[in-house]
Amino acid sequence: MSEPLPARSVAIADASDIVTARRVARELCEALGLGKADQTRLATAVSELTRNVIQYAGSGTCVIEDASDAAQRRARVLVEDQGPGIPDLQLALSDGYSTSGGLGAGLPGTRRLVDDFHIESEPGRTRVTIALAKPR
Amino acid sequence: MKIPILRLDRVLLVSIQADLSDNDAMEFQSDLVTRVAEVEALGVAIDITALDVVDSYMARVINDTASMVRLLGAEVVICGVQPFVALTLVEMGRDLLGADCTFNLGEGLALLRQRIAKRGDVRFTEDEDV
Repeated sequence: MSEPLPARSVAIADASDIVTARRVARELCEALGLGKADQTRLATAVSELTRNVIQYAGSGTCVIEDASDAAQRRARVLVEDQGPGIPDLQLALSDGYSTSGGLGAGLPGTRRLVDDFHIESEPGRTRVTIALAKPR
Repeated sequence: MKIPILRLDRVLLVSIQADLSDNDAMEFQSDLVTRVAEVEALGVAIDITALDVVDSYMARVINDTASMVRLLGAEVVICGVQPFVALTLVEMGRDLLGADCTFNLGEGLALLRQRIAKRGDVRFTEDEDV
């Protein structure tokens, strides 16, 4: 197995960072040899999650890394913020629910795009981990 | 970044050529709606061929813009949704893009012309092509 590709951290401070983060996500997928559909899925998922950071927390970080192992090629993204947190995760993950006048497709939509989706949230910290993987 | 709005008789053409920031998107929306009213446009074609990511926010902006244009009285068509954008939008959730779509700008214009002609009110068609 070759060395993992270097992780990249993108500071999310304003809306232009959303564009940067999703470009980096696409680049990692491409470097890992994931197809265009997966590149678009991950870029879109990153776009949703980093937009939530801007909208609800103001700022945060997005770490995009190669988490491949012997069995699979895996692109993993961690999005974290120190915002107010999500009071009702169950509700936030249900389709059509939005506190921001959006379509409510953000979190549930993101979950459907990726292979792994993990979210933990409390006041002062929200952390979402997603990953897309393909067998080697 | 300002998105140019081209005018062809009473049809407006917009091509979104780059990833828009949220502010750009809102500015685009108000520019376009203003322009539609100014020229009393009969049709608007929004080309998104160059967009390789359309997230739920951008989808909402595009949808809302299309609804606004329709409320003003013009026909609207979205052109050039990329295959992987279509795939992602449907996987994320239904109805993220509700407006009429065509493969490309040429077909979009043809559809607009048809629609405008169908309105059948000659006062509103300024030349025979339309």
